[in-house]
Amino acid sequence: MNLATIALKSIRQRMLSSSLTALSVALGVMLMVAVLVIHGIVADMFNQRSIGYDLIVGAKGSPLQLVLNTVYRVSQPIDNLPYLFYLDLEKQPLVEHAIPFCLGDVTEQGGFPLVGTTNKYFELSYAPRRTFAIKGTVFRKSLDAIIGSHVAKENGWKIGSQFTLVHGGRDSDHVHDEKFTVAGMLAPTGTANDKTVFIHLKGFFAIAGHEKPPEEAIEQLQKFYPDDPRIQQLERSDFVDEEEEADAGAHAGHHHHALPDELKEVTAVLLRMKNDVAAIMFASQLENESPAMAVNPILPMRRLMVDIVGNVQKVLLVLTGLIIVVSGVGIFVSIYNSMSDRRREIAIMRALGASRGVVFSIILVESILLCFGGGLLGVAMGHGLVFIAAPYVELQSGILIDPLAFEMAELYLLPVLIAMASLVGFVPGLTAYRTDVARALAD
Amino acid sequence: MSLKLDNVRKSYHVPDGSVLTVLNIRSFEMGTAEQVVLVGASGGGKTTLLNVISGISTPDSGSVLVDGVELTTLPEVARDRFRAERIGFVFQTFNLLPAFSALENVLLGMSFSGKGASRKRANALLDQVGLGGRLHHRPGQLSVGEQQRVSVARALANSPSLVLADEPTASIDVKNQEVVLKLIRDACTENKVALLMVTHSPDLAAQFDRREQLSDFNQAGSVE
Repeated sequence: MNLATIALKSIRQRMLSSSLTALSVALGVMLMVAVLVIHGIVADMFNQRSIGYDLIVGAKGSPLQLVLNTVYRVSQPIDNLPYLFYLDLEKQPLVEHAIPFCLGDVTEQGGFPLVGTTNKYFELSYAPRRTFAIKGTVFRKSLDAIIGSHVAKENGWKIGSQFTLVHGGRDSDHVHDEKFTVAGMLAPTGTANDKTVFIHLKGFFAIAGHEKPPEEAIEQLQKFYPDDPRIQQLERSDFVDEEEEADAGAHAGHHHHALPDELKEVTAVLLRMKNDVAAIMFASQLENESPAMAVNPILPMRRLMVDIVGNVQKVLLVLTGLIIVVSGVGIFVSIYNSMSDRRREIAIMRALGASRGVVFSIILVESILLCFGGGLLGVAMGHGLVFIAAPYVELQSGILIDPLAFEMAELYLLPVLIAMASLVGFVPGLTAYRTDVARALAD
Repeated sequence: MSLKLDNVRKSYHVPDGSVLTVLNIRSFEMGTAEQVVLVGASGGGKTTLLNVISGISTPDSGSVLVDGVELTTLPEVARDRFRAERIGFVFQTFNLLPAFSALENVLLGMSFSGKGASRKRANALLDQVGLGGRLHHRPGQLSVGEQQRVSVARALANSPSLVLADEPTASIDVKNQEVVLKLIRDACTENKVALLMVTHSPDLAAQFDRREQLSDFNQAGSVE
């Protein structure tokens, strides 16, 4: 009969209090596991590896803001880039792919963000070895749309569903006349794409009111091409027929005819470069030679992850760590309180020849078994929680959680628990060690 | 020789500051496999004597030789091991562990010796004391007489050279006292183990060939 068997018998003898103390450890560990797994998922979301392009080109301003509105579809765009600039980027020798990205408006139903882009956006992988799976077709007509999985689920849209857009944002009451038709639906990706409605770039430019006043567009264009005499000579009258504008009256600014390229703008351009060195060189070149900036999404996101999200995770980890410590104290109290009842048992074992070291070890093993058993249960419960919660989280937030996700940090949990158990079992073990056998037997 | 005590003294400090001498034994001996009963009143030092002989307590002075080994010079860990291997205990209140079955209580007695636990021997011993059919019953499911039988089997588990029995029948009804006593004595005879039993009952003591009054050779009891 080994020490573990003897300790297990003792645990069984006090089944209720043992179960409750082990359960308190299990609950702490369950929370810790859930936090670790979610931490891993969030960290992955903020990792550039989960993005299929190397650089995001946008108007100069906050790199973080550019990444937030391009990758995560939150926050407002800084400013726009001329469409001609996008066409130029596409021709750059270091650029493998340039994808136009126009963020603006939301769906009337559900308020989902709208992105105008081209079919190329869906040809590139959105994460390593993960390509978009589209049910239906890609853009074929200018008013075709491809919707994210969450949008489809929330709005109940299917292939062929038609919808309208609200100009400017959720709080606006200006509904555009154009009706878009769902041509394709994306399979869940676990990214912001799930909550986005994509429309054909042509359709985006066709929406009335998406162009800047010609003076502003020309001014912006001239900033980008200071050495291009043709652009420097552009004037408002090159694009606006004064008489036609006067006839339009109250509908000024809502041109429904095709926009000239000079007046078109994009929010950002996503670049897949030919290699990593090209990305660095090109970003630096753009920074020096144009009013645009090229941002490697990893840098601002990593900073955001470390500065804000990372700290929140740390706080959560510390809190769950404290829960485990509190449950450790619970084990200490439980075992320590049982020691007065067990004085006689310990004395009997000593009378039968158990040394002080052996009875000390039995108490320590008991503490370790409680912590370890509770810890294993907690790991199982934590993963069970993630498994059960995954579909609900996806439904509510669009974040894809792998129900079987495992974090390497979990491997440290059980050794830490054993160390804690040894610590909390030490004092009760010492009480057992010091038991006066003759007196305890006489009592 | 199973046991030899020489000039053994054991005293305790009492709360009023004085010293109470519980044992003051000039000489006491027991032969191999001999069965001896010590008769003494409560508080006469019977249990203290058994604790000193088993190495649970150490005397203030004197020599305690058990099976040829001087216990007073052994470090505590060695005394514990010696007790596990060479001395069996039968207590007045049986002292079985309630969470363990009859078989496990016997195996527990074996666990602390260097010989390891033998399920076969534990089964045989329980069979010998008439509990072959109740191996997996816990103490709470056994009668007091059966519990004491388990404790006898446990005392013999490691093939000791000496069994110490401290009022082994005091918690048992009169009808069963003789049965249990006979069981202990027969088991010791069969296993060629010396038996030192302490009791305050002259009737039980009368069954032993060698009967000693503790007060005859223990000169203690004086407050110094």
